[in-house]
Amino acid sequence: MSYFPDLTVAPRRYAYARRWLRSPGASCGALILLLTLAITLAAPWVAPYDPLLQDIGQRLQAPSGVHWLGTDGLGRDILSRLIYGARPTLGLVGLVVVLTVPIGLTVGILAGYYGGWIERGLMAFTDMVMAFPRLVLALAFSAVMGPGLINGALALVLTGWPAYARLSRAETLKMRRSDYLAAAQMQGIIGVRLLFGHVLPACLPSMQIRLALDLASIVLAAAGLGFLGLGVRPPTAEWGTMIAEGSKVIFDQWWVAASPGAAVLIISFAFNLLADGLRDLSDPHHA
Amino acid sequence: MTVPVRDLTLAGRLNRAWYRPLRVLSRGTVTVILTVLGLLVATFVLASLAPIDPALQLVGDHASNSAYLHMRQVLALDRPWPVQFERYVMRLAHGDLGTSSSTGQPVIDDLKRVFPATLELATLAMTISAVFGVALGLLSAWRPGGALDAVSRVVSLLGNSIPVFWLGLLSLFVFYAHLRWVGGPGRLDDAFEYTLDMRSNLVLLDTWRSHVPGAFANAVAHLILPVLVLAASALGSVTRLTRAVLLEERGREYVTLARAKGAGEARILLRHILPNTIGTLLTVIALSYTGLLEGAVLTETVFAWPGLGRYLTTALFAGDTPAVLGGTLLIGLCFVLVNGLTDVLVRALDPRIR
Repeated sequence: MSYFPDLTVAPRRYAYARRWLRSPGASCGALILLLTLAITLAAPWVAPYDPLLQDIGQRLQAPSGVHWLGTDGLGRDILSRLIYGARPTLGLVGLVVVLTVPIGLTVGILAGYYGGWIERGLMAFTDMVMAFPRLVLALAFSAVMGPGLINGALALVLTGWPAYARLSRAETLKMRRSDYLAAAQMQGIIGVRLLFGHVLPACLPSMQIRLALDLASIVLAAAGLGFLGLGVRPPTAEWGTMIAEGSKVIFDQWWVAASPGAAVLIISFAFNLLADGLRDLSDPHHA
Repeated sequence: MTVPVRDLTLAGRLNRAWYRPLRVLSRGTVTVILTVLGLLVATFVLASLAPIDPALQLVGDHASNSAYLHMRQVLALDRPWPVQFERYVMRLAHGDLGTSSSTGQPVIDDLKRVFPATLELATLAMTISAVFGVALGLLSAWRPGGALDAVSRVVSLLGNSIPVFWLGLLSLFVFYAHLRWVGGPGRLDDAFEYTLDMRSNLVLLDTWRSHVPGAFANAVAHLILPVLVLAASALGSVTRLTRAVLLEERGREYVTLARAKGAGEARILLRHILPNTIGTLLTVIALSYTGLLEGAVLTETVFAWPGLGRYLTTALFAGDTPAVLGGTLLIGLCFVLVNGLTDVLVRALDPRIR
């Protein structure tokens, strides 16, 4: 019917996947994390032994065909404990994200949108919390409130949100006088719906890099808390606690501490790779 | 083009002469005061959240009810919390951080004893990570995308991802237990540990002053591993941030001008870009210093280093709340101090502000 040849450009297939593949770092990081997540979810089927099964006769065995990564001081299979140990770590990471980002976003958007005294007050508070010693306050918090996964996550949340508040405030300021918001307001969209339906989505992209970077340090902080005995209660397998158990026999049976530490390193490295790659993707000049 | 009108009134002249710097300074001071206040509130809240009843702890489990109530009155625990907070601040202002239940000493004396050890460790680690981090950042910004850049990028990524306590454990295993290159945990061998007079509690200074043969070398042998491990934890972020700062500055017009005038890439980097970014780099290093003070908590636990970190973790396990909160407060104050000092230094060193 038309005289003209079809000029519509077909949308490139898998555009999203292609974008990711442009950065090998980001895709490697994402792959490692997805793999870890899959193994964690399938732990009961993947793990060769029960992570809590003690066999004193087999204690502190070197890595072998029977126990791939050896056994710990109570004769438990280290590989199985490693696989189950990803659960508290990833759980804590998830919990921290779910709590930190909304707090930071709310504070930042309110400050950026309303300005004036609200902004000054909120940002002074943000700067104040930002200057707190993060790990040490988390230590003190877990020490006072009692060790555990939830308390550890809460401790990290309390000092973790200011970075997101600053980012989302900057993004909100950028679009405060934009036509886009004016159009929304003219349609009668005001208040909470405007802030969270129209301002918030614009803040999210700049946040993902920061989030990925933060997650790397959260994994390290969680392992640190576990190492100091403030993480999940034993006998539940957790990487930081496993390193602490391994540190008692480090001079003779080094593998007990080596593998959980390597696991922490890999996960944290994957998050860092992801952050690095995302930054390159969002800002090609810097690559 | 409009000529700026000079305000010749007294207020205007004052404004130009000293009001402006004063305002800048006072804004910094307000942040510092707010942060200190916030820290005090945080430790106060934590102290009151603690499940241990301080009055009960003092009078003991078997005290009569009236003695217990009297102790509560003495400690002002029956008063509203603003009054309690005021008393808390006043006590701190007099240097009274409470008594540590694990050492039996006033917390402030304990802190004075252990803090120099941490300061020594963190400062040496900062020096090393600053030198190597900035050097790596420079190399990587020299030819972005080149081989050196790739190497320094991997180093910084690894440095940011490695759990510092695990690195400490493994390096103890390799360099102490196996290769015997360095000293083991602790600050000195037992032969020196109990004979030397540790007056300043800075191990290098004390062993140097003692003139005991071999003591200083022994101190260095024990110091080198914890310092390097701690430095490695900060190296990653220093390198990454230095590179980012340098590359951002590279896009400026004066860099293009210098290049057009025929300056070599190395000269541009060292003589043009570096001086202009020194303020930002200082901030980066100061940030890493605060991170190192925190990292020392974990490193000291691994290396049995008798500093603030180990004091904190020992207190943690003993349920010694005053000691934990005292240590937390001290580290928090260091954070505030370092941040404030950096602001002043940045102002003093930046050629554009000077």
